[in-house]
This record gives sequence, C-alpha cells and structure tokens, in this order.
Amino acid sequence: MRELLLSAGYDHWILTVLLVVPVLGALVVWIGASALESGGGTDAAGTPPGTAAAARFARWVALLTFVAEFVLSVGLWWSFDPSIDGWQSLISVPWITTWRVNYTLGVDGIAVVLILLTTLLMPLTVMGSWTSVREKVPTFYALMLILTTGMIGVFVSLDLFLFYVMWEVMLVPMYFIIGIWGGERRIYASIKFFIYTMIGSFLMLVAILYVGFHVGGTAAGQAPDFSYPDLLARLRVTPIAARWLFGAFFLAFAIKVPMFPFHTWLPDAHVEAPTAGSVILAGIMLKMGTFGFLRFAAPLFPSAALDPGIRAIILGLAVTGVLYGALVALVQPDFKKLVAYSSVSHLGFVMLGIFAFTQQSVQGAILVMLNHGISTGALFLLIGMIYERTHTRQISDYGGIARVVPLFSTLLTFVALSSIGLPGTNGFVGEFLVLIGSFRTVPYHAMLATVGVIFAAAYLLWAIQRILFNSLDKPRNAALRDLNWRELALMAPLVACIIWLGVYPAPILRRTDHAAAAFVQEVEHGSGTQRPSSRVAYAPGARP
Amino acid sequence: MLFQTAAAVAGGAAPHPLSGTAADWVWALPLLPLLGFVLNGALAIFGSAKAGPADPSAGSHDGPDAAHGVPGGNGQDDGAHADAAHAVPSQRHPYAWLVSVIGPLVVIAAFALACMICVAMIAAQPTTPFIQRYFSWMPVGDLSIDAAFQLDQLSMVIVLVITGVGALIHIFSVGYMRDDPGYPRYFSYLNLFVFFMLVLVLGANLPVTFVGWEGVGLCSYLLIGFWFSDRANADAGKKAFIANRVGDFGFMIAMFLLFANIGTLQYTEIAAAAPAALPAGGALVTTVCLFLLLGCTGKSAQIPLYVWLPDAMAGPTPVSALIHAATMVTAGVYLVVRTSMLFSIAPAASLTVCVIGAVTALFAATIGLKQWDIKKVLAYSTISQLGFMFVAVGAGAYVAGIFHLVTHAFFKALLFLGAGSVIYAMHAAYHETHSHEDAQDMRNMGGLRTAMPVTWILMWIATLAIAGVPLFAGFFSKDEILGTVFARAQGSALSDASWLGIPGGALLYGVYGICLVAAFLTAVYMTRLMLYTFHGPNRTGDAEHSLLREAPAVMTLPLVVLGVLSAAGGFLNDPSFLPIAPADMLGRWLEPVVGPATQQITRGGPAEADPRLSAILATVASVVALAGILVALLRLKPAALRPAREPQPAESKVESLLSHKYYVDEAYDRAIVTPTVVFSRNILWRGVDGLIDGLVNLTALISRWLGDSGSAAQTGETGTYAWALVLGVVIVLGTVALRI
Repeated sequence: MRELLLSAGYDHWILTVLLVVPVLGALVVWIGASALESGGGTDAAGTPPGTAAAARFARWVALLTFVAEFVLSVGLWWSFDPSIDGWQSLISVPWITTWRVNYTLGVDGIAVVLILLTTLLMPLTVMGSWTSVREKVPTFYALMLILTTGMIGVFVSLDLFLFYVMWEVMLVPMYFIIGIWGGERRIYASIKFFIYTMIGSFLMLVAILYVGFHVGGTAAGQAPDFSYPDLLARLRVTPIAARWLFGAFFLAFAIKVPMFPFHTWLPDAHVEAPTAGSVILAGIMLKMGTFGFLRFAAPLFPSAALDPGIRAIILGLAVTGVLYGALVALVQPDFKKLVAYSSVSHLGFVMLGIFAFTQQSVQGAILVMLNHGISTGALFLLIGMIYERTHTRQISDYGGIARVVPLFSTLLTFVALSSIGLPGTNGFVGEFLVLIGSFRTVPYHAMLATVGVIFAAAYLLWAIQRILFNSLDKPRNAALRDLNWRELALMAPLVACIIWLGVYPAPILRRTDHAAAAFVQEVEHGSGTQRPSSRVAYAPGARP
Repeated sequence: MLFQTAAAVAGGAAPHPLSGTAADWVWALPLLPLLGFVLNGALAIFGSAKAGPADPSAGSHDGPDAAHGVPGGNGQDDGAHADAAHAVPSQRHPYAWLVSVIGPLVVIAAFALACMICVAMIAAQPTTPFIQRYFSWMPVGDLSIDAAFQLDQLSMVIVLVITGVGALIHIFSVGYMRDDPGYPRYFSYLNLFVFFMLVLVLGANLPVTFVGWEGVGLCSYLLIGFWFSDRANADAGKKAFIANRVGDFGFMIAMFLLFANIGTLQYTEIAAAAPAALPAGGALVTTVCLFLLLGCTGKSAQIPLYVWLPDAMAGPTPVSALIHAATMVTAGVYLVVRTSMLFSIAPAASLTVCVIGAVTALFAATIGLKQWDIKKVLAYSTISQLGFMFVAVGAGAYVAGIFHLVTHAFFKALLFLGAGSVIYAMHAAYHETHSHEDAQDMRNMGGLRTAMPVTWILMWIATLAIAGVPLFAGFFSKDEILGTVFARAQGSALSDASWLGIPGGALLYGVYGICLVAAFLTAVYMTRLMLYTFHGPNRTGDAEHSLLREAPAVMTLPLVVLGVLSAAGGFLNDPSFLPIAPADMLGRWLEPVVGPATQQITRGGPAEADPRLSAILATVASVVALAGILVALLRLKPAALRPAREPQPAESKVESLLSHKYYVDEAYDRAIVTPTVVFSRNILWRGVDGLIDGLVNLTALISRWLGDSGSAAQTGETGTYAWALVLGVVIVLGTVALRI
C-alpha cells in the first residue's frame, strides 16, 4: 500500500490537498447554497423552499467533503513510515520571501494520529448536526469546513509564522459557531472564549517574532527565520530569555489545554456551543494546547522546560487539574458542564505525561489525547442526541430512561466506561502508560493522579445512574424515542475505535514511537550545545 | 502463525510438555463465554430495542401516549422486593428459549475444554507455566506488555471452579430468571463475567490480570444494578464499583512500583528477578505487597473495603452465588497466591494479610448473627470466610487458602442457590396473593422443610460443611488453615518477623485464637439461618403457606451436584492423619507453583504441622464447630419469632449495634462521601472556580469601564474639544519649558 501511494507522489501533495479540500468544499457550499436560496420564492407557509434545498445541499456537500478528507488522510496512515526519524510528507515553498516565511508542511507520528482524529470526528459531527442545526445551515457547514483547514494546518505547519496563521484561522469559525448556533448565553461564552484565547496567542506571536528575528538576525540585509527545523537546530537563547519565551508559549497553550487555573472559559464554551462545537472543541481543539507543548514549547526551550521551578509548577498544575476537574465534575448539575470539567481532568493526565519526560508517559499522553477526542467526542454527541429530544441538559430532568431508550443507554454506558478508563477500552491504555511512565520520574505526582482515576468512576457512574437508572419518575421522559439509524451509524466508528485502541493500540504506539523518543531526547539533551535530534534537518532532497 | 508458544525456560529450545496437547486451546476458554456475551447481547438489543424516527426532535411532542408503545425491554416497575424479577411473567423475552441454550452452553463447553486441558496437565506434569503469547499489547520503549495467557496448576484449579460452578449457576439461572424481561441481558452479563474472570486467572502478567480484575468489577456493577429501576439497586452497583476502584488504585501503584524497580510485570520474570532486585523483608517489597493487598481488600471485600458486598446482594441471587461468593470475590486470594514470590519475602506484609483476614473473619461473623435478610447473612458469611482465606495466604499456607477457596465455592454457591430457590418459592407465593411482604426476610419464613425438602437437605449439607463438621468439605479446608497458622506460629520466617512491634509468633497465635472464635460464630449464625428458614412454624402467611413449593428440576439439579461436592470436596486434599483418600492431592498438585514461596516462609521446613499436632488441632476445631451448632440449637427459638410485618421485640444495645452493622456505612458516609461532595461543591466549584471566573470577568469589567470612560470623553461638543486642546498645549509647552 505504501509503495502504491508513494508511486503516485502521495507524500508530496497530500498535506496541501488536506488543507485545500475543505476550503473548496466551503466554496461549493457557499456558492451553491446562495444560488439555491435566491432561486426559490416563498411558499404559503412563509418559508422559502430554496432555504430547505440549500440546507440539504450544504449538509450533503459538507458530509461528502469530510468523508473525502477522511479517505485522503487514511493514506497518511500507510504512507507514514514509523521506522524512520524526522519529518515525512515534507513540502516547502517560499511564501513571504522578504521575511523568509515558507509554506513548510510536514508530519511526525503525533501529527498523523491527530490529523486522523480530526478527519474522523468531522464527518461524525456533520451527521450529529444533521437535524439539530436548522438556521443558517449553509454558513454553519462552510464554517465547519474552514475550521478543519485551520486545525489540520496547525498540525502540519513546520513554519512558525504559518503555524500562527493557522492557529488564528481556527479561532474565528469557532467563535461564530458558538456565537450564532449556541445556547442562551452564547454571546457571553463566545466572547469569553475568543478573548481568553487571543490573549494567549498574542503573547505567543511576540515570542514567535522574537525567536524568528533572533535566529535570522536583525541587521540590514538579514531576514528572520521561522522554519521550525532551523529553529530547533540553531535557536540559542539565554536561560532568562528562554524562560520568558517559554512563558509566552506556555500561556497560549495552557489556556488552550486548558490547564487549571486557565480553564474557566471551557465550561461556558462547552455548555453554550452546539453539539458540533462541543465535539470539535473537546475532541480536537483542546489537543492544540498539548500538541503545542509537545511540538514547540518544550523542544524549543528545553532549558526552561527542565527548569526545576517551572517544571514543578506545570506538574503541580497538571495534577491539580486531574483532581480538581474530577471533583468539580462530581457536583455539576448540567451534564455538559460535567463533561467539560472531566476534560480538565483528562487533559491534566496529558500534561503530566508530557512533563514527566519518559518514553511511556509521552506516548501515553499522545494516546490520552486521542482517546479523549474519541470518548469525550462520543459523550458530547450522545448528549446532543438526547438534548435534541428533550431540550434539557440538567441531570435531574432525567432518570430511569434506560427502560425507554435502551440503545442510547447502552451506548452512553459504554462510552462512559471508556472515559472512566476501564481496561479493554481505549481510556485505560493511555492513562496507564502516562501513569506508569510518570511514576519513574515523578512518583508522587503519579500517585496523586492515580487517585483521579477513582474520582473519574465516581462522577461518571453517579451521573449515568441519575440519567439512565433509578425510577422513571418524569412523565415526559416516558415518551422519549430511541436513537435512529443515522445516530447509530455515526456512533459505530467511535465504538469501534474505543475497542480497537483498548485491545490493540500497538499500531498507534508504533507510529508515535520515534516522535516521542525525539521529544524526550530534544528536551533532555537539548539544553547542551549539541542538538542530537534527528528532526533538525529536512528530509534529504526536500530542502528548497 | 497466530500463536507463539513461548517456553518459560530461557532459550526455549525444548518445547513445553503441554504444547501439542489440549492446552493449545487455552485461548478458547475465555473466548467461548465472550461469544455467548456477543450473541446474547445482540439478542438483548435486537429483541427489545427499536430505532427512533429520522428526525428525533419531531417525535418528542407526541405526548405521553407514545410511552405505552415502547417495549419494556429492560427492568420493570415492581421494585418492592430485591428479587422481584418474577412480578411480570407476561413479559417473557421473545428470544428467551435461544438464550437458554446459548448462555449455559458456552460455559459448559468451556468447562469441558478445561477438563480436557486438566487431563493433559495431569499427564504432562509440567514444572513450569505454559505461556501462550498472542500479540504485543503495550510495547513502549523498555516497557513490553503482551496479551498472553499463562496456564499452570494454580490457574487450572481456578479455571475448573469458574467454569464448573459457573456452568451450574448458569443452568440454575435458566429457571430462576425465566420470566424476567431482561433475560438475554442477564445472560450476556453473566457470560461476560465468566470471560473476564478467566482472563483474570489466565493472565500471564499483572496488566492482563488487571483487565480481568476490573472487567469482573464491571460485570458485578452491571448485575448488582440489574433491576436498575430501583434506586437502591443502582446505588449498590455504583458503590461496589467505586469501592473496587479504591482497591484498584493499590493494584495500579503496585504495578508502577514493580515496573520502576524491576522493569517487568510478567509473573515468570518477576519471580526470576524478585530475589535479586528486591531485598527480602525490605521496605520496597513490603510496600509493593501492601499496595497489592489494598487491591485485594477491595475485590475480596475485606476490611476496610468490605462495605460493598452486603449491598451487592441487591443483584439476582444466582449472581450473588457466582460472583459474590464463588469466584470474583476470591480473586484477591488468587492474586496473593499468584504473587506469593513477593509476599513470601515480605513477612510484614504477609502478617498484615493475616491480621486483616482474621479481624474481618470475626467482625463479619458477628454481624451475621443479627441479620434477618437471608442473603445478608450469607453475604457476611462470605466476607468472614474470605477472611479465613486471607489468614491462610497471609500465613504462607497458600495451598490451604486455595483449598478453602475451592470448597467455599462449592458450599457457598449451594447456600446461595438454596436461598435463591427459597426466595423463588416465597416470591411466587407472595406474587400469587399480590402481597408486598419481603420474600427475603427470614422472619417471614419458617417451616419450609415440608414444602421444600430437597432444598432443605442440601442446605443442611452446606451448613455442616461451612461450619466445619468433620468429613464435610469445609472441615478439611478450615482445619488445614487453622493447623497451618498454628504451625507457622511455632516457627517460620513469619514468627521471627515482627508486625508493628508485635512478635510474629505471638501475633499468629492470636490470629489462630480469633479464627477459632470466628469458626464458632460461623456455626452459630448458619444454624440460626437454617432454624429460622426451615424449622419451627411457618410465618409466611395463611394464604401463602399452601402456595410454597419446591423449585423446578432445572434449579434443583445443580443444587444436588453442589451438594455432592460440598459433602465430598474435602477429599481433594485429605490430611495424612485421616487416611481415607489419597493424601494431600491438592498440595502436591500446586507444589510447582507455590512450592518456592512456601519454602521461603517455612525456611525449608515441612509445609504443614506434623500429623499428631494436626489431629489434635482438628479435634479442637471440630469440637468448636459442634459446640456452635449445639449452642444455636439450644438457645434459639424459631417458634418465638414474629413475621416482619408485626412489631418486633426491642433489641438490646449490642443487638442493635450488630443489626446496624456497627454503623460503618453511616461512618463512611459522614467521613468520606458527604465531605467530598460538600467540599467539591462549596469550596472548589462555588469557591475556587467562582473566584477564578470572577477575576476573569473583573478584568473584562475593568477593560470595559476604561473603554466606556474613554468613549464618554468623545462628547462631540466643539467647546469641550477646544478646552482639551488648550489644556494639552499648556501641558506640552510647560513640560518642554521646564525641561529647558
């Protein structure tokens, strides 16, 4: 398979195609929908028939585009060679020549896994929004498509300037998705989300400009250098500067993760966002933060990342997040908020794994990122399905519905168990690796985080008991309809992934092996003079 | 090639004696019940669920009349009695007949396969475990965890118990659960349980065992809460899962410690590396063992984590027999024996196991004296008997521990299933008269021996067995535990160690004494159960009395088999002073697995007390057991009991303390559960989170205020601007002038 793909030049064009296809899809949605909308008049009921046609058109185009995107990205799974170091599918074209900004794309194992997670979740969110998004439908799907380009762009950019552009591209559509299609307090939530994120990313921009000019030089005739492999090889800053720069990146990424205490935008954003927004936020966008630590913050400034004080703070916040998120989740009356706080807890595991700097903990962290995307994405999709029927997210409005909606209940229980980290499901493998790896370097942090595993069982089991079990004492719930075929179909891939990753995660582990090793190596040895990493150079022949 | 059979011997030149025999099929053991789970689960879902309409939000306004069209599927309304499954006979599941075939058949097939493997093992007499490696589960850096099974004499014994007793309980369930609308769901969970239990026992490394470990916990959770419409049942399931999670925390930390220090989690490699890497009696190995023990106290319901097991009786009674008596709860005992290479070099940890077991055995037995719910008595009895097993494995009497595990599986399964058929009869009678009396309360029973003679006789056999009356199964195993503890106290690695400053020898004598008292109480509360249930006058009710009858054959036949095993199971490990059967069969069988660890404890001495001493101790134990029965027969007056609905005589303070189970549940609630919730809600959520969010919004407010003041200055009046201009010029000029 790999040979076949490579003979078609797959690794030269695939990343660009992955960025372009959603934009094209958005254009088609936009143009086609406006043509359809202007085509029809108004019928007796007052709804223009063109609007319904445009909505149907937009849904199908979005779905097909995302399916195509997924199929294309699956090729990466095979074309990616897990046995070699360095970047793959590399492409580099000059973009802004005066500033020596290049359009440089490339992937490592971590990026491949996260790209696949993105392209898997996107078509499912379209299916999940099929009947629940009823207003301004074409705009909604066009924004979703643009958003995808931004997200994939973040994962594949190997030029810091380009990375920053993608980082911001991602932000705007999500702002609109929450602000237009959200719940009652959507304006508050979307502005909070936007400003919170912007504060972090502006500081990151300053840091990016600093390192670019620092490496490239500021004298006349010299241009900055934003190429990530170059920076990795040549960036030398004083420990003090490293700390400030690391701090700027830290703030941007920590808000995105979100780490305690930068998390308060998350519950509001999750609760107010439409289902698709919540799924994308939790499933993919939170991973941008942890991805940023893995890709940029720690490898670029290893002296800061290894600084005992800084590391103590980050590990402390990570473990605090694990326990705090779980305990606060325990007492949430709103199911979506409960899952939002549980994300704080899960992402705490990821941060612990990354900053424990062992092979097991880092690979475990990557797996938790993936698993959290699948399990929490599935949870939000299920909540969205039941919300569509009842228009309430309050746990106390349910109870005993397992009798009425057995399919929904079976799926919710199953997904909750994977989120709890039951062995045999995906949740266990990631957490286990994070903890067993972290235990080698930071045993007390790992022990405290293990306590979080107990709390996870408590808050989710208590919640599903109050929703699914006990007596069916709310008469309106007796009329609930079970999941339909569309909803079952969209859950099927997630259920399959939960079992597959729980039983046989080796293919993922194989693909992230070299990237994780390189990360640990870069951080542990990078503070010296010699950068031993294999990732400082471009792959042979790809250098422009 | 799908399977690589790795010889445990380094190099692997010579094939393992078991390769090429039936043991090659060991992978099929858990796969059979898993297949049953999949099939029954599919029947459960497709039999009762119906996909909803394409546009779900359109269907939600149909009004309540739509509710009547929804198939009942899971659960039912009548939750008045714990075992109220038979309330709605009309709702028998459409695929019940198919489930009745698949459910038991897969477990029977697994049992047949286990027997074939056992025959092969008897012939081959392997001295090393037979390891089958399937695929690499978690290969990360220097951590390598394989999906692999390990078959040795220890796992063989337990596999036979799980599949054998499991098959009998599956058959019993066909009758017991016949009319339940959730019939396929019940069997799919039960099959899944057998799958996970086999994974637990067959796992070749700690993480694979952990998969089974948490998996059986899941099935326990699902089956305790099987009738989930009743809140108490759902609560009990959740409590079991979380209490077990607390224990699993210990299991996980133990794995982390082992990996960080010896770099492997595979049993054979741990055994090879432990003596060199972990100094005997050192702090490290003791810590590892204590964390493992925490895991075991969760799964095996020992102090301090036993509280979930009595509540677990909310599940259907066959579940109580299989999961909460015969198999799952003994997993802790199994794990201690499986990791005996560690426990044997950590005397302090072993003594802790012993003490916890002894205290639990006594503590639970006292509570068992004052319970009225027939299943609650058996639950506390199980906790108490598990305490005996812990005493055994803590004292390094690994064979005795496993022996009691096996005999206990026989007689406790029989007791639970017997109680099940009593409840079945009681419930049917009350159902007939539409009464809402409690079908499990012994005060409503009495005199059932005439209506249910088969159950009566069989339950007496089990009672004599558990009490330790000579020649019944429990006599041999309990006697061996007591004898070995006594021998260890006389001289062993444990008696020379000290535990919290107490010399190990003295401590073990104390443990022996406690166990004798617990054994006495066991005889008392079991006789009490039999007297109140089967003897004396009947208190069920005038109308109901004539409706009580024996359960159908599909339920009584498994009871008969278990009755035979409870009577004769003791000869598996016949002591040398009583030459009836081949002596010490189980001990010799388990020798390759537990031999080295036992040697470590006894310092090379004989594993058991000498025959003369054994005979004396056995006599003492028998006298204690008979005394207990006699005391109960003389002191208790079934005729004086009143039905549960009538006012009861006042309890003394001690009685009240016992019937309220020492208020431990209440204490845990006040000390742990409520404070956690209150702290999380009021301090963390409303306090800390509110503060952080308040600060964030305050920043926003200040920015807005600044902006507002700025824009307020933009009045649009030329006069104001002119004055501002003048002021500005003055300031600028003044500054410049002063500088100069």
